[in-house]
Amino acid sequence: MSLDSDLTRQSAATLATAIARKEVSSEEVTRAHLDRIAQVDSRIHAFLHVDAEASLSQARLVDAKLAQGVLLSPLAGVPIALKDLVATKGVPTTCGSRILEGWRPPYNATIVEKLMAAGVVSLGKTNMDEFAMGSSTEHSGYGPTHNPWDLDRIPGGSGGGSAAAIASFEAPLAIGTDTGGSIRQPAAVTGTVGVKPTYGGVSRYGIVALASSLDQAGPCARDVMDTALLHSVIAGHDPRDSTSINAPVPDFVAAALNADVRGMKIGVIRELQGDGFQSGVLERFNQSLDILTELGAEIVEVSCPHFHYALGAYYLILPSEASSNLARFDGMRFGIRVDDGNDRSVEQVMSATREKGFGAEVKRRIMLGTYALSSGYYDAYYGQAQRIRTLINQDFAAAFATVDVLVSPTSPTTAFKIGEKLEDPLSMYLNDIATIPVNLAGNCAMSLPIGLAPEDGLPVGLQIIAPAMADTLLYRVGSALESALVDRWGGLLISEAPSL
Amino acid sequence: MTTQYESVIAEFDPIIGIETHIELGTNSKMFCSCSAQFGGDPNTHVCPVCLGMPGSMPVVNRAAVESTIRMGLALNCSIVPWCRFARKNYFYPDMPKNYQISQYDEPLCINGYLDVTVATANGPQVFRVDIERVHMEEDTGKLLHAGGAGRIHGATHSLVDYNRAGIPLIEVVTKPILGTGDLAPDVAKAYVAQLRDLMRALGVSDVRMEEGSLRCDVNVSLSRPGEEWGTRTETKNVNSLRSVERAVRTEMLRQADRLRAGDRITQETRHFNEGTGDTTSGRSKEGAEDYRYFPEPDLVPIAPSKEWIEELRATLPEIPSVRRARLQRDWGVSEFDMQSLVNAGALELIVASIDAGVQPAAARKWWTGELTRVANERSCELEELTVTPNDIVQIENLIAAGELTDKMARSVFEGLLQGEGTVADIVHQRGLIVVNDDASLIAAITAALADSPDVAEKIHSGKIAAAGAIVGAVMKATHGQADAARVRTLLLEHLGIKE
Repeated sequence: MSLDSDLTRQSAATLATAIARKEVSSEEVTRAHLDRIAQVDSRIHAFLHVDAEASLSQARLVDAKLAQGVLLSPLAGVPIALKDLVATKGVPTTCGSRILEGWRPPYNATIVEKLMAAGVVSLGKTNMDEFAMGSSTEHSGYGPTHNPWDLDRIPGGSGGGSAAAIASFEAPLAIGTDTGGSIRQPAAVTGTVGVKPTYGGVSRYGIVALASSLDQAGPCARDVMDTALLHSVIAGHDPRDSTSINAPVPDFVAAALNADVRGMKIGVIRELQGDGFQSGVLERFNQSLDILTELGAEIVEVSCPHFHYALGAYYLILPSEASSNLARFDGMRFGIRVDDGNDRSVEQVMSATREKGFGAEVKRRIMLGTYALSSGYYDAYYGQAQRIRTLINQDFAAAFATVDVLVSPTSPTTAFKIGEKLEDPLSMYLNDIATIPVNLAGNCAMSLPIGLAPEDGLPVGLQIIAPAMADTLLYRVGSALESALVDRWGGLLISEAPSL
Repeated sequence: MTTQYESVIAEFDPIIGIETHIELGTNSKMFCSCSAQFGGDPNTHVCPVCLGMPGSMPVVNRAAVESTIRMGLALNCSIVPWCRFARKNYFYPDMPKNYQISQYDEPLCINGYLDVTVATANGPQVFRVDIERVHMEEDTGKLLHAGGAGRIHGATHSLVDYNRAGIPLIEVVTKPILGTGDLAPDVAKAYVAQLRDLMRALGVSDVRMEEGSLRCDVNVSLSRPGEEWGTRTETKNVNSLRSVERAVRTEMLRQADRLRAGDRITQETRHFNEGTGDTTSGRSKEGAEDYRYFPEPDLVPIAPSKEWIEELRATLPEIPSVRRARLQRDWGVSEFDMQSLVNAGALELIVASIDAGVQPAAARKWWTGELTRVANERSCELEELTVTPNDIVQIENLIAAGELTDKMARSVFEGLLQGEGTVADIVHQRGLIVVNDDASLIAAITAALADSPDVAEKIHSGKIAAAGAIVGAVMKATHGQADAARVRTLLLEHLGIKE
């Protein structure tokens, strides 16, 4: 292997191998990425917090351990960007909200401990829609993130910062979280790969909750193998999260190496195509189906009739849980406190703090959720939404009885312009129509790039959905499709992104 | 003449219901590994979980679930095969997450009962109190209002101590208790007392009422016979056995006054004033907070297996009512005496004293006699007195060794009750030493005989009963520190008389 002069263009797997062979140090790799951030992030705004010295000293520590022959992990020494709702001890964690300005958590999320133990070096914290509510990263309290493919366009959301950091070569790896598509839709619109693991596959301890029954952290990278490597590091049971799955972690890397779809049955979801889907998105999607057929898979159409109700159910369950999860942000214990004074009651201070600290989208969803949970409305809204959830689960169960995995376009459109949908929340919500059913059912999915839409030259993503606990199928199918596409393109799609 | 209370009973039937919150005696909190010990410097028993830090998650304490199941079994409840926690949402700064993790429509234990015995003029009477549910939840922190009179009104600021936040609580809720008539306040008190005894017997909580680890909400309504049930009020935070009884009685009298005046009872929560025994209006239920309950998504359901439940059932101790019957037999006391000592709250103290080495009769004598009298005078519970079973052991040992007389023992109790220190301190400070020195006693006898030569004559002439006057004089001369029986023996010896 020969390392190109630009360390930031390499995959995490390549960098890890070079670091392990002492061809390059973690410090050099980390410094290269920090330089890249310094060079381009004023235009991208992927990061909310970078502490170069802290990252370099972490890298030097990993180098020292590697020099002593201490075995860390297959990703030792590789840098990573963390979405800013992952609690990092002593490091600012804002969730993209002004209400948490200045808060430095007194503890680390479980996945942060796992990453540190694996020798993965943190570059900093990435921008996001406030408390992960949004599909564009425009709802950040700290300004929007720009899509490296077109700086006037959104990088998706809520994890737009993590996706943009990878797409602009500021980081080879990133952590995202996905409640309704916040890993997959940003991956789709930035030409990167993102995986939403099975619910419970990755510990949620220390990940600030949006909707507890839907949230799941997962890996973001530029290729399928890198997501598999990162997924392996962060997965596993956590006694501090009783909703985490207590079972051995499957071998995602072996699955990614087994890029073979011969004899597999792949289902196309009838309800996730057609109306509302951009023509170029469907064109690239259908091409990918042809490639999968050429690779030896059988494509069949399946129907998931209750997916029509998924968006409605999601926008009752998510705001309901969020209204409760976000109640703790009251100015009493952490973050900002507004209008404090001897003549103010505690209710007045809480109210003023929440009024000032939360943005419009957060307030909108808190009000929706508070209403949906109210006495007399609970059954009609939250109760009914939970019943839809059961029906969607049944749709998936019926589909997986006949096919191995399901596929759909990840997002109905390519990246839209910044500001385009800001005044139209319903149209914004429709962006997640294909990703939301997966969160409602708790199974797993991946988005990977399948080309550029002819009409706008922007990346299109394909979503692979597998049953709960069958995440390995994502890697097997994803890497098969990816390698066929890379053969045609002569490299990853991301290498065609404009240089910044 | 009938009393006011009797006239209320003649006209109305009371219905009562009691919700009891008890802090469990687990080592750690309900959802994290912080210490659940009472007290500690403010905010020292805290972590990201019980402080509700963003991102932190609860994990259920298995020991708390076990305690709740054991309590449910002891209350003859069914243990449900599957249940969940729920979030009760409301904003208050003593609650770190601004929601309390509790159980709502899916409690762990349902449909039980507790047979409660109440002493009446016609002997003991048993009432079956049906139990609606037993469930688990977490306690809140404590607010301290500073810069005023310690109340929120007039305070300049408030401080929060989260040590108590997340301590496991169980809540035991009765079904409406009907047919108690004039005994309603007594049944309420006896129910809470037996519930407390049961918790202690199970070892799930030591129920320190003075630390607020048992708190009752008392529901009361009145209706005229044959009419529909009346509107109920809920009197919150009634924190001692005596207060439970008073709160029921007070509320019955207050509601009767209103009903007789043609007023309606407002469905509301009321506060109990320990000082006056009054209840005052809290907030009206009509404007009640909407808690927006929903299943707690951060926790998985609890599904106790049959095997686990049976394992826990096997750990249940003797049921208190069975144990009481056994003790009554062992001690050879009448049903009436047994009931009196139970009502006086003396049972556990007597058992503890016996376990510590005191003879049963002596233990009963002190706790039901002298000490019960003082507790009544002070309107407090026996266990609130500053006398412990261990003190009884020490005093009884001194009596057995001939170092204290019965009269001197009473003086020691007086000292203990006034907080003068330990038994040894009081014996020393009050100079309570039996004069065992025969020589000095004989000197005192000689002096007394010299003062009353006529008495010596009488004794010599066979009127031995006259010896009492000399013994009395000697006791007086020794300030009561002599053993009267010894003085008598020495006197008769001195006079050369054999009985």
